Order: sequence, then C-alpha cells, then structure tokens
Amino acid sequence: MSFAEIGAFVVGICLLIGAFFALVGSIGLLKFNDSMTRLHAPTKVGTIGVGMLLLASMIYSWVFGEGWSMHELLIMSFLFVTAPISANFMAKVNIHRRACDTPPSPPRDETWSTLNVPEADRDIEETVETPVN
Amino acid sequence: MSMAEDFLNWALIIAFVSVALAQIMAMIRLWIGPSTGDRILALDTMVVNAIGLIVLLGIAQGMRIYFEVSLLVAMLGFVSTVAYARFVLRGDIIE
Repeated sequence: MSFAEIGAFVVGICLLIGAFFALVGSIGLLKFNDSMTRLHAPTKVGTIGVGMLLLASMIYSWVFGEGWSMHELLIMSFLFVTAPISANFMAKVNIHRRACDTPPSPPRDETWSTLNVPEADRDIEETVETPVN
Repeated sequence: MSMAEDFLNWALIIAFVSVALAQIMAMIRLWIGPSTGDRILALDTMVVNAIGLIVLLGIAQGMRIYFEVSLLVAMLGFVSTVAYARFVLRGDIIE
C-alpha cells in the first residue's frame, strides 16, 4: 500500500466517525424530552463530530494537497472554546424562562440572580402571568 | 489506488447524507421546540452542522477557499447565539 492509499483510508474513517457523531448529536436533540437534557446532546457530541470532520480535512490536505494547513486547527480550537460558553448561556436561558426544574436555593442569598425581580418591577410580576416556556 | 479512492468517495457521500440528516433534525427541533432555549440550541446546532457541511464541500472539491468561510461562520454563529441568549436573559444585548 502506498502513502496516498493509507491516507485515503484514514481520511475516510475520520469522515465516517465525524458524520456519525454529528448525526447522533442531532438525534439526541430531537429525541430527548427535557430542555436541560436536550442541551447535552449537540453541544458535546456535535462539536466532537465537527472536530473529526476538520481533522479529516487536515489529513486530506496533508496527504493530497500542499502540506499542513493550520486553518482547520484554528476553527477546531475556536469551536472547542466557544461550545461550553454558549451551552452555559443556553442553560441560563432555560433557568430564566423556568423551562426546567428550579435549582435548589443558594446557601446565603434569597434567590438566584437570574430569577430575581427588581424592587420596582414586583407589582408587574404579580399582575402579569409569567409565560411558562 | 482505486479501492482507496472508492472508499474515500463513499465515505464522503455517507458523511454528506448524515450531516444533512442532522441538519434536518435540528430544523425540526427549531420548528417544534417548546421553549426559547430549545430554539437557541437548535440554531446553534444548525450553525455547527453547517460548518461541517462547508468542510465536507471543501474536501469534495479540493478547494482551500472554504476554510475562511467556515471560520467566519463559526465566529458569526457564536456571536449570534450569545446575543440571542443575552437578549432573552437581560432584555438588551449591550448594556
């Protein structure tokens, strides 16, 4: 087997693994039955799937193209850094909109800051029904 | 060589179909998603899968120009997700 053949097999296997992970992440997004549970599937599995696709692209340009390319490494590191941040923001949105169970009350303060209503808005909060979901 | 090329071509086709199916499933969750958090999550998933589709297109056509596109899409997707979540949380994006 030549170098290019082994490279083609490695690229194909990386492509299959990455596509499988991306598909599993979206199946989890569609099938799970709770907002916080649904948050798990695409933010971790989908990110690793796209990371494998980028790795396949890197190996492809190393074997068949013109040497190593650092673009994919840049995209991969950016995705891996930003995925937990956006997942944290979406979890805060879920808590804020009461789309999940309310977390247990904090040890020292009265309530969580995202659920806190300012003093001036208390009467609005009581008259207007907060939309569930 | 032809066997390895065949394997690579089939793997590309299977990867295209799988990522497109993942995109369609995220779109269904965007359509039915009961809460706002689910819709933001479905949009974020669609951006990540779109990056995967662009990378696959770059492999299939052997062109280098697509990586700049996918880097731009990654940055725009992160910023739009954070902006949408902050708008729901605070009622304002930049305070």
